[in-house]
Amino acid sequence: MKKNWSVYLLGATLLVGLVLPLATGASPVGFYIEVLLGGLMTGVLYSLVALGFALIFKASGVFNFAQGAMVLFAALAVARLAEAMPLWVAIVLATGIMVVLAWLIERLVLRPLVNQEGVALLMATLGVTYFLDGFGQTVWGSDIYKIDLGIAKEPVMILERLFEGGILVNKEDFVAALVAAALVAGLVLFFQKTATGRALRAVADDHQAAQSVGIPLNRIWVIIWAVAGFVALVAGVIWGSQLGVQFSLSQVALKALPVVILGGFTSIAGAIVGGLIIGVGEKMAEVFLGPVLVKAFDLAGGGIENWFAYVLALLFLLVRPEGLFGEKHIDRV
Amino acid sequence: MLYRENGQFKSSYAADQQMLPILQDRLFMAGLLAFAFVVVPLVASDYLFLSLINPFLILALAAIGLNLLVGYCGQISIGHAAFMAVGAYAAYNLALRVPQLNFLVVLVLAGLIAAAVGILFGIPSLRIKGLYLAVATLAAQFFMDWLFARVKWFTNYSPSGSVSTAPIEMLGWTADTPARKYLLLLGILVVFTLVAKNLVRSHIGRAWMAMRDMDVAAEVIGIRPVYAKLTAFALSAFYCGIAGALWGFVHLGSWEPLAFNLNLSLNLLFMIIIGGMGSLLGSYFGAAFIVALPIILDQIPLWLGIPISTATASHLSFMIFGGLIVFFLIVEPHGLARLWSIGKEKLRLWPFPH
Repeated sequence: MKKNWSVYLLGATLLVGLVLPLATGASPVGFYIEVLLGGLMTGVLYSLVALGFALIFKASGVFNFAQGAMVLFAALAVARLAEAMPLWVAIVLATGIMVVLAWLIERLVLRPLVNQEGVALLMATLGVTYFLDGFGQTVWGSDIYKIDLGIAKEPVMILERLFEGGILVNKEDFVAALVAAALVAGLVLFFQKTATGRALRAVADDHQAAQSVGIPLNRIWVIIWAVAGFVALVAGVIWGSQLGVQFSLSQVALKALPVVILGGFTSIAGAIVGGLIIGVGEKMAEVFLGPVLVKAFDLAGGGIENWFAYVLALLFLLVRPEGLFGEKHIDRV
Repeated sequence: MLYRENGQFKSSYAADQQMLPILQDRLFMAGLLAFAFVVVPLVASDYLFLSLINPFLILALAAIGLNLLVGYCGQISIGHAAFMAVGAYAAYNLALRVPQLNFLVVLVLAGLIAAAVGILFGIPSLRIKGLYLAVATLAAQFFMDWLFARVKWFTNYSPSGSVSTAPIEMLGWTADTPARKYLLLLGILVVFTLVAKNLVRSHIGRAWMAMRDMDVAAEVIGIRPVYAKLTAFALSAFYCGIAGALWGFVHLGSWEPLAFNLNLSLNLLFMIIIGGMGSLLGSYFGAAFIVALPIILDQIPLWLGIPISTATASHLSFMIFGGLIVFFLIVEPHGLARLWSIGKEKLRLWPFPH
């Protein structure tokens, strides 16, 4: 068996980087854990966006650049609808909107482009991204909106006796993590236990074979886009409640790309694990590596979390092109 | 009737290999060049130069650069504005620190630096391809954005991070008016288009196209992937670096950090998609389209007399932009260049149907 020493090397470097601030005593334990938790939290959000991304790529081979725009659109819809009605009605209504949107995208954009190469499909979703960004802000407005989930936002101090200073945690973060976990569990059940889920997996494995046993491809693609739309809605609501709903949401959602690269394009588990790794990695890098870099190179401020995820994914691609959980691809002439 | 190759016999290899084999094409090109070099500077207004023509020329150069990589070599990049940024900041620092250098020398050096960075970020393309590579190029985009915003040396320790350039002067000739800038840009663009045209029809361009069409098969017939891919990255980044330097020096004059952001990268990509991948002419069409579209979209509410707030107008133009891209992909996936060649085919037969 081929030794994957380069993978181990990269993993070991990351691990050392992770433990180093703690081991050298550069940060108090409590603070370290806070950073870790914060990273995990961001990671959960990245995972949610990446999940929608991986679902679509798996089932239809479309590299959906528009997932971030869908997150923004869904969040805007919920935020504005919730101004006029109870939150849960707004969420149900917004789910309906996302399903209609998914159907329209599949029908108007992707079906005419069926059998085109991946690049053309990527471009098409870029077009959809621009369209959705403009459309969402035209319809829903372009200010900053709030989604209030009705959960207390005050940070809670826990484990005060264990560490000096305790750990500050947000109750909302935990709810978000729980929702994400529930969503993933629900998706897994849906994919593994229902007839539709089986059909979706069949299509993901082999379009033609699936079609030849009578699975309606068009309907499957609408379903997968609708599911991705729903995932985008969940991600949008959670992000919106934490950061506020604004245009930058769609930019932050771009981070889902390195996440799926890291996890492997077609893997749901990969999206989750990749999201957590990227979330923790970039937070750690920002908090612990950033000041070191600023000092060493006399920078005008940190902000390395803007690129850390991408460079990490890039390094990872160099040593393991198929990602953590991706399928190995063999080229033949 | 008028446009056909009948009776134009080729009696030497040189005649057979010329760039424009049909006499009418050569006449058209000569007329076009004369028009661009003589008539346009006389008739166009300063506003037209500054808002439309000069950006078009620069972005056409950048689009050619991206097209070399994406259209000819088949390696997707959604981070090419990063190479424009490298070119712009390299040119800025060269002009600042070595003031006696001629502007053209600065340009070429900036292009070379961008090419070196291009090779660096092209290395992943040896292991990964397609959509994976697209994300890898995003790394270039975000890393460069950060680098030029944060490392103070690049911006000469300016407190706001924005830089401004000195006027362009070469051997006593100053590019101070919009028309002079136009002539400078046009000259550079013509030269580089010629170079690109000859690149893509020489062995190196053919190696790129073989990589694009099927990399494994290309390797089997003896094309070195390392050489083909890295030269494509280097030349593409070289073009974009020069375009970036021109964008900074000639078009913007002074620019903030993030002037070369992801949006610019995506716009470059749209240019070659709408214009036509793997076509130099398409790069021109695409650049013209993308430069002109927002201006036209801004004007439409004024013409119609509908009062729309600027925010709504910009959102609407986003929508129309996105819609048009999808429309183009569905209706004419090979871009405007294909429409042009269809038109030429039709013209050869005109006025007969077959």
